[in-house]
Amino acid sequence: MQAAVIRPNLSPAAKIAWTALAIIGAFCLGVVALRRGEPINAIWLVAASISIFAIGYRFYGKFVEHSVLKLDPTRAPPSVLRNDGLDYVPTEKWVVFGHHFAAIAGAGPLVGPVLAAQMGYLPGTLWILFGVVFAGAVQDFMILGLSLRRDGRSLGHMLREELGPFPGLVAMIGVLVLMMIVLAVLALVVVKALTHSPWGTFTVAATIPIALLMGGYLRWFRPGKILEVSVFGLALLLASIWGGRFIAESAVLAPIFDLDAKALAWWLIGYGFCASVLPVWLLLAPRDYLSTFLKIGTIGLLALAIILAAPALQMPAVTKFIDGTGPVFAGNLFPFLFITIACGAVSGWHSIIASGTTPKLLANEGQARLVGYGGMLCEAFVAIMALIAAASLHPGVYFAMNSPTAIIGTTVQQAAETISQWGFVVTPDELLQTAHEVGEQSILARAGGAPTLAVGMAQLLHNILPGEGMIAFWYHYAILFEALFILTTVDAGTRVGRFMIQEIAGLIHKPLQATESWTGNLLATAVCVLLWGYFLYQGAVDPLGGINTLWPLFGIANQMLAAIALMLATLVVVKLKRERFVWVPGIPAVWLLICTMAAGYEKLVGPISFTAAANKYATAMATGELLAPAKSAAAMQQIVTNNRVDMVMTALFMALVVAMTLFCLRAIVRAWQTNHPTAHEEPYVALADVATP
Amino acid sequence: MNQHFAALRKWAVQTARLCCGVPDYDVYVQHLHSHHPERTVPSYAEFYRERTEARYKGGGGRCC
Repeated sequence: MQAAVIRPNLSPAAKIAWTALAIIGAFCLGVVALRRGEPINAIWLVAASISIFAIGYRFYGKFVEHSVLKLDPTRAPPSVLRNDGLDYVPTEKWVVFGHHFAAIAGAGPLVGPVLAAQMGYLPGTLWILFGVVFAGAVQDFMILGLSLRRDGRSLGHMLREELGPFPGLVAMIGVLVLMMIVLAVLALVVVKALTHSPWGTFTVAATIPIALLMGGYLRWFRPGKILEVSVFGLALLLASIWGGRFIAESAVLAPIFDLDAKALAWWLIGYGFCASVLPVWLLLAPRDYLSTFLKIGTIGLLALAIILAAPALQMPAVTKFIDGTGPVFAGNLFPFLFITIACGAVSGWHSIIASGTTPKLLANEGQARLVGYGGMLCEAFVAIMALIAAASLHPGVYFAMNSPTAIIGTTVQQAAETISQWGFVVTPDELLQTAHEVGEQSILARAGGAPTLAVGMAQLLHNILPGEGMIAFWYHYAILFEALFILTTVDAGTRVGRFMIQEIAGLIHKPLQATESWTGNLLATAVCVLLWGYFLYQGAVDPLGGINTLWPLFGIANQMLAAIALMLATLVVVKLKRERFVWVPGIPAVWLLICTMAAGYEKLVGPISFTAAANKYATAMATGELLAPAKSAAAMQQIVTNNRVDMVMTALFMALVVAMTLFCLRAIVRAWQTNHPTAHEEPYVALADVATP
Repeated sequence: MNQHFAALRKWAVQTARLCCGVPDYDVYVQHLHSHHPERTVPSYAEFYRERTEARYKGGGGRCC
């Protein structure tokens, strides 16, 4: 029998403490939201976030746990029922938490908030804080809860089970396309950061021999000594950052590492191919270790730097760019803010992880809130920190770094003049000075989040650890840290994509399925690399710098997946006959549907659409005119084609969303009319009956 | 104090390894002993290799 749901009552002391926290949180948020004129300190934002997250976790998280999911600590989870010592292992809850957080925290929460800072820090902050409490954390937690009751099955599997095989297939195609867009956009972030930066390119390139060394060490010398080899690798990485300065200053070596966007894109495509064909122990695994530890360490360092340096937020709370005329990305606050900040507020990608390894590790259903809901709150905090790092920069520097050259020009004089006209007064000298401080020739038009965050982080760290030339060191450290884990995602994603493609190809020609076969392996890898490589190359030659074009596509795709995951959660709530709580996943699902459809529509028709861009270049071509940055008719044709491809992608995503919504609605109506629960949960087994003493 | 430190260290090592796709070896050995006493116990190096291969076989993955 299912145990009665426990509702712990608050003691009087706890009531007072939580009320006090609520008042502090409300006051801090009030300061963040209402104070105008003078810059406010970032600590207000940190305090408001922590209060809101604590209250959300304690009250809303608990409500979802007890009333909506009805999680039951006496019920045996998959890790106990199917314990195999490898994939299914009951694990200590904080270990699972650490693992889950490391898996969900990536480049997403660092890039989106930086781009969204063009509208000021307030819109992004509010969306992250309330989006995560009511949508993002609910999604992660509910999908984890669903998977826990279904032997730790994946999102795709659950969709097939609850909705039927065809809707399940439609959703999985969506996931594959989303993955290709994610890989392309992330690789583009790296390209943007390394363009004409010999120092950055050298340090990132140096990670390859370092990883090979580590791989050999782990294979032949000290097998499995991950931590030991990572310390050794990390030392070499820091040495390569230090050495990069001499490469950049050398007349002979600098040109070798001084690459333009196109060349970098080709290198990344070639690299992605090699990395996913080579044995994993040689390159992929060691880089994975480095990037995981560096990521967690750097997030900790960033938190420490923000608290110690306590920077003032120089960006206004709200800028005039909420009207959709911003240079970083086009489009109004609604719906584009909610598309731009995906990871950090709500990210569909997490539903794949929450139904991956994590549900197979949890030792008890009672620990799911800490891992699912709590893990996502931590990621939201990473997003808030990224926002703080961007907003604490001089707004003139921020816009110079994030606007495309088509808008601000290619020289510091043009850039300073244009940006000053927007009301963010900056001099050419200030822009030159910033570039000089971080050891780069130029900081103009480096959209993509990584460089902005790197300058912000470098200045924060320099505040607490001053020293001659240290800003440049920290800047390249931050670039390396982002590039490293993005490239790991690209390698691992290419490999996963390759297996998916081999599986599909196997349906047509059986031998292609064999993952050990070199023909199938090379062919599927090439297809996968070409798929994301096409979008990457397109981004590298894009007149608006790529991120401006591709990030909305990524946002639409990611939020589409989140909407699908939340619709699944809604359906299950109805199937369990808990219709009273249908709004818990239902409202965020509807909100994301509205946002993705509205953004998709604007990207399909209207002034900022891919269609308009394609038509503009096509019309110019017809009259024999050349539009910047195209220098030939062929380049013009390429821009037209690329925009048409993006149009098709947008339309495809919208069709997917509509189809999935209809499938879900049909299933919801059926389940509502049935008078008994119809969800596909595994039967209840008491933990006490299976747990070994 | 030393006990707390040892527990913290164990937690950190276990989490760090799990983040790299390598679950706890001792737990696996214990599982083999209690559930499959007929199987040979792999060495840590063998166990590590098998897990590294399994990690990148597809599914799951990590976030953007």
